[in-house]
Amino acid sequence: MKVEEKRTYQAVIGLEFHVHLATRTKMFCGCRVVYGDEPNTHTCPVCLGHPGTLPVVNEKAIELGVMAGRALNCEVSERAVFARKNYFYPDLPKGYQISQFDEPICTGGHLDVPVGDETVRVGITRLHLEEDAAKNVHVGESGRMHGSVGSLVDFNRGGTPLMEIVTEPDIPSPEAARATANHLKEIMRAIGVSEADMEKGQLRCDANVSIRNLDGSFGVKTELKNMNSFRFVERGLARELERQRDILDSGGKIEQSTLHYDPETDEVHELRSKEYAHDYRYFPEPDLMPLKLSEAWVREIEDRMPELPDEMRQRFVEEYGLSPYDAGVLTADRDLASYYEAVAAEVDPKQAANWISGDLRSLSNESGTEISDSGASPEHMIGLLQLVTDGSISRSAARDVLGTVFETGDSPSVIVEREGLSSVGGDELSGVVEGVISANPEEAERIRAGDKKVIGVLIGQVMKATRGNADGGRVREILLQKLGS
Amino acid sequence: MLELTASALAQKIRDREISAREAAETANHRVEEVEYRVNAFLTPTPYVALERAGRIDERLQNEGIQPWEGVPIAIKDVLSTRGVRTTCGSKILEDFTPIYDASALVNFGEDLVMVGKANMDEFAMGSSTENSAYGPTRNPWDPDRVPGGSSGGSAAAVAAGEGWWALGTDTGGSVRQPAALCGIVGLKPTYGRVSRYGLIAFGSSLDCIGPMTRDVRDAALLLQAIAGHDPLDSTTANAEVPDYLADLEGGVSGLRVGVVKELMDERIDAGVREVVERVVGELEAAGAEVGEASLPHAYYALEAYYIIAPAEISSNLARFDGVRYGLREPADGVHEMYRETREKGFGDEAKRRIMLGTYALSSGYYDAYYAQAQKVRTRMIGDFREALSSYDVLISPTSPSVAFEIGAKTDDPLAMYLQDICAVPASLAGIPAISVPGGLSEGLPVGVQLMSDHFTEPLLLRAARAAEEVADFEFSPRP
Repeated sequence: MKVEEKRTYQAVIGLEFHVHLATRTKMFCGCRVVYGDEPNTHTCPVCLGHPGTLPVVNEKAIELGVMAGRALNCEVSERAVFARKNYFYPDLPKGYQISQFDEPICTGGHLDVPVGDETVRVGITRLHLEEDAAKNVHVGESGRMHGSVGSLVDFNRGGTPLMEIVTEPDIPSPEAARATANHLKEIMRAIGVSEADMEKGQLRCDANVSIRNLDGSFGVKTELKNMNSFRFVERGLARELERQRDILDSGGKIEQSTLHYDPETDEVHELRSKEYAHDYRYFPEPDLMPLKLSEAWVREIEDRMPELPDEMRQRFVEEYGLSPYDAGVLTADRDLASYYEAVAAEVDPKQAANWISGDLRSLSNESGTEISDSGASPEHMIGLLQLVTDGSISRSAARDVLGTVFETGDSPSVIVEREGLSSVGGDELSGVVEGVISANPEEAERIRAGDKKVIGVLIGQVMKATRGNADGGRVREILLQKLGS
Repeated sequence: MLELTASALAQKIRDREISAREAAETANHRVEEVEYRVNAFLTPTPYVALERAGRIDERLQNEGIQPWEGVPIAIKDVLSTRGVRTTCGSKILEDFTPIYDASALVNFGEDLVMVGKANMDEFAMGSSTENSAYGPTRNPWDPDRVPGGSSGGSAAAVAAGEGWWALGTDTGGSVRQPAALCGIVGLKPTYGRVSRYGLIAFGSSLDCIGPMTRDVRDAALLLQAIAGHDPLDSTTANAEVPDYLADLEGGVSGLRVGVVKELMDERIDAGVREVVERVVGELEAAGAEVGEASLPHAYYALEAYYIIAPAEISSNLARFDGVRYGLREPADGVHEMYRETREKGFGDEAKRRIMLGTYALSSGYYDAYYAQAQKVRTRMIGDFREALSSYDVLISPTSPSVAFEIGAKTDDPLAMYLQDICAVPASLAGIPAISVPGGLSEGLPVGVQLMSDHFTEPLLLRAARAAEEVADFEFSPRP
């Protein structure tokens, strides 16, 4: 009997990121880096490519590039060279992009990416610096060049510093690709290299994707572009893998090509096939000297580098006794992490973690208001948790108070006072309990006789009388005591 | 006034014997008088000259002026001048007016008394100024002959007395060769000594702005005015600018002078060699230690140069695409617009070098051409290091012949390229080199080239001054 060979489909994905660097000025001139201003208001002869102008390297960009490289465990090159990448396009004023080619500033790193319960190690091939192109604006109905009435160019973005990061083809699934992009964003934000907001185009992602051959070798790859959100990275890659699988299943061959993902139709379209491949005619940029990056300087930058997300997560587990999950939630966002640390310094760290990762984050998510923009300052959070700890308010009341603090910014104690939410305790509670007993003689008698099932009814009455501002356990205790059972 | 050197005129302006305005008027008159037969300028700027000269005279009354200021100057049309049309001798920039001044001009001083923008081979590519889109410049010594190039307009302006001095640019001899053919002094400083910011690039790793003057002292003074580190040009040296006039009269006694044997062979006209030999003999008589020097890779220098320079220009000229400035030929679609604009805008030589350079950088050919040429360049630098360990100054002809007739080489690019065989080695090595008139052959001027180590311009100028002293040549404006 013939066993039908069943093909297993193993995805091989490598990513290429473009990250906007958070510098004040452009890569090779003194123009400010500003997005969203009136077109062509941040330009000069250099970034407009006027005849006779020359580039001068932005040192801050080199520093950020080195910092990013070290955060990705890369080796920093002692010597790095800028090169010209030659091609014609209206958004490229010099007719070449200043980039790096065979001597980039960083090579050979890796990134440990949490994917579900596992960690995938993604190799970093190289990291280099370049300038961004300007922005073409096509006038006409379609908004694309084809069929437009005319095209305009906004040079505000032209020449802004860009970092390209290329991974090894180590990524096994669209899900892992999305996690890699997400993890990279976290790191870039944490070290202050970039805001890395994909929606704003500060982080762009292209992918090389193929399906491994039966003998284990790499299959023919395609390049997938325009995945401009984390969700589209995953969806676009899934779609492309599906397309490749369909071709292979029907006995076809994958053609090397560049594809464009359209999230609206969830389809990939061919941009250009291999025959149209550019010859960029790279050569060393004669207007710039090779960069010399001394070991001492690199070390100095490392010393200034903020804590990385992985390191912080580990520290939260060790220092505050949090679960890896809670530590992960709290360190996913740098602002949230520092909020937590401010609170945990004053109150029980585990209690703080529960409230911040739970209630506070839900409030933020539901309202769409960032915690930093809300009324819930770390000081207010500390005040609230202290009221809970010393029994001044019940947990359920504290939840309501937090909601009010979040909205209004008023201090928790003021809110408790104003709304009469402080726990009813001591003599007052004792009086309320006695009142409830005399109002319900039948139930009280049954409890005295040992039938404790009805105690719930009386607890309910007490809670009702105190408008919930009493501790249920305490009420039960007093009832049992007074009814002598 | 027309017979004075720039230095002498500058002194008279400071001594208030002659006003800057009178000097500017004299230059403007001279332009009107001879320009019809020289065609040195693409854009004469008489009003700019007068206005700035007026300001010089005012400042002279008040805070004073620099020693080089006030003397009318011609500026090669490859240097960016704010508010004054800058064409690079090309149709593609026919109506282009820059919005900033080149750093070298800013260094000189804001009241630069500019007589005009001088004619040149298109984008500085050529050795005769015949590649200008606006017609050739004529040699003031003989209107049927070329002035050399690519700074032919600048050289002819100085030789004809249309201004007392000029700035040119030298990528592979473009200051020195026209200086030689027009009987003036042309200095290519060390690469990185003068800022290239605002010099519209030809071969970025080779381009140098240089003085073109009546004598060596003027060249030293003009270099003093434009040299220095520029934060806008990362390839300028962050080294102090010495006093170029201090050692000028130091003479050649004890100076070791090496005659480059590879540049004295039969490729050089006999009449040219004779003039060089005579000057060398006189220098020896004046106390120099003369010997024979060798630059073995000089035989390959021209080939390497004609790969590196076109490679760079193919990239440097890409910005002239009709999108933002300069000529635009309307067409359907952006690629058609590029093609039409560049087809109409560039001349034959520009197109030839764009093609050569694009080819040399293409994938699969890069190693065989560009990378190989860079290796030759490294060898050339090694040759100079070796030769300059035995000699202070090297000497050779500047150009293999005297000025040739207009049209004689236009159909044979290779013959034209050979004009640069003596000049290109120093360009590849980035060392300073100067051409000084050594005498006449066939009734036309012959240039003697002197070369020295990086940043040793004081020594080079001193030797050049001595050569000028012993040469059988006297400057006088022509015609």
